[in-house]
Amino acid sequence: MSVSVQEADFDAGAEIAALAAGRDDVGAVASFVGLVRSDKQVEKVGAGGTAAVQAMTLEHYPGMTEKALEAIVAEARGRWELQGVRVIHRVGRLVPGDRSVFVAVASAHRGEAFAACEFIMDYLKTRAPFWKKEETPDGGRWVGARESDDHAAGRWQTEKE
Amino acid sequence: MKVKVLFFAGLREALGTGSEALALPADISTAGALRDLLAARGEAWSALASTKNVRVAVNQQMVGFDAPVKAGDEVAFFPPVTGG
Repeated sequence: MSVSVQEADFDAGAEIAALAAGRDDVGAVASFVGLVRSDKQVEKVGAGGTAAVQAMTLEHYPGMTEKALEAIVAEARGRWELQGVRVIHRVGRLVPGDRSVFVAVASAHRGEAFAACEFIMDYLKTRAPFWKKEETPDGGRWVGARESDDHAAGRWQTEKE
Repeated sequence: MKVKVLFFAGLREALGTGSEALALPADISTAGALRDLLAARGEAWSALASTKNVRVAVNQQMVGFDAPVKAGDEVAFFPPVTGG
C-alpha cells in the first residue's frame, strides 16, 4: 500500500527502512516530512490574521483523496524509474510540531529519488483534496491557497511536457 | 435521476451543508451550469459563483467547469486545496 490517509502519526524512519527492506537494488531513498507550524503570518494570503496558530484541522474528501494521491504516484512512476513510493497524509486535528505529511521515494540513484519526491509534494499541494482550518486566539480561519504552490507544480509541466 | 452534490471546507461551512441529492434539470449538462444553478439560490449560495475560489470534481476527478454532468454523477464543489 503506497498511499495512506490517516489520523494516526507515522514513523518516518520505519517507513524509509520498509522501502528498501529485503532488496539490494535500492541506491537512494529521498524523503520529505511536513510539520505543522505555529505561525503562518508571513505567508498568509487574504486571511488578514496574524495570530499564532494553536492547532489546525485537516479536512479531506474521502474516496477522492486516495484516488488523487494514487494518480500522483502513478504519474511520478511514469516520469522516473522508481523502486518504491510511500505517501502518508494525516487528517483531523493537529497541533504545532505534529507531523502532517510524509513522502518517500526509493530509486537506484539519487537524482530520480530527489526529483520524484519533490514532484509528488508539489502535485499533492495543488491536486489532492485536503483543506486546512487553523485555530487561533481570534477564532478559526481556513488557509488560503498560495500562488507559489501553483508555480511549484507548474514547473514540472514546463520542464517535462 | 439525481446527482449527488458535495461541498467541502469553507464552502461547506458557508452553505451549512455538506451534501444534497439534486434532481438534475434537463437543461443542466455541465459542472459549470450546475454551479450557476446552485449559485442562483442567492445569499450564501452566491459564493459558488466565484471562479477564483471554487473548484469542482466530477466522480472524484478534478475537472474544469465545462466538464459534462449527468444523472448518477457525484459532483463536489470546494475551495482551492491546501494540504501538505
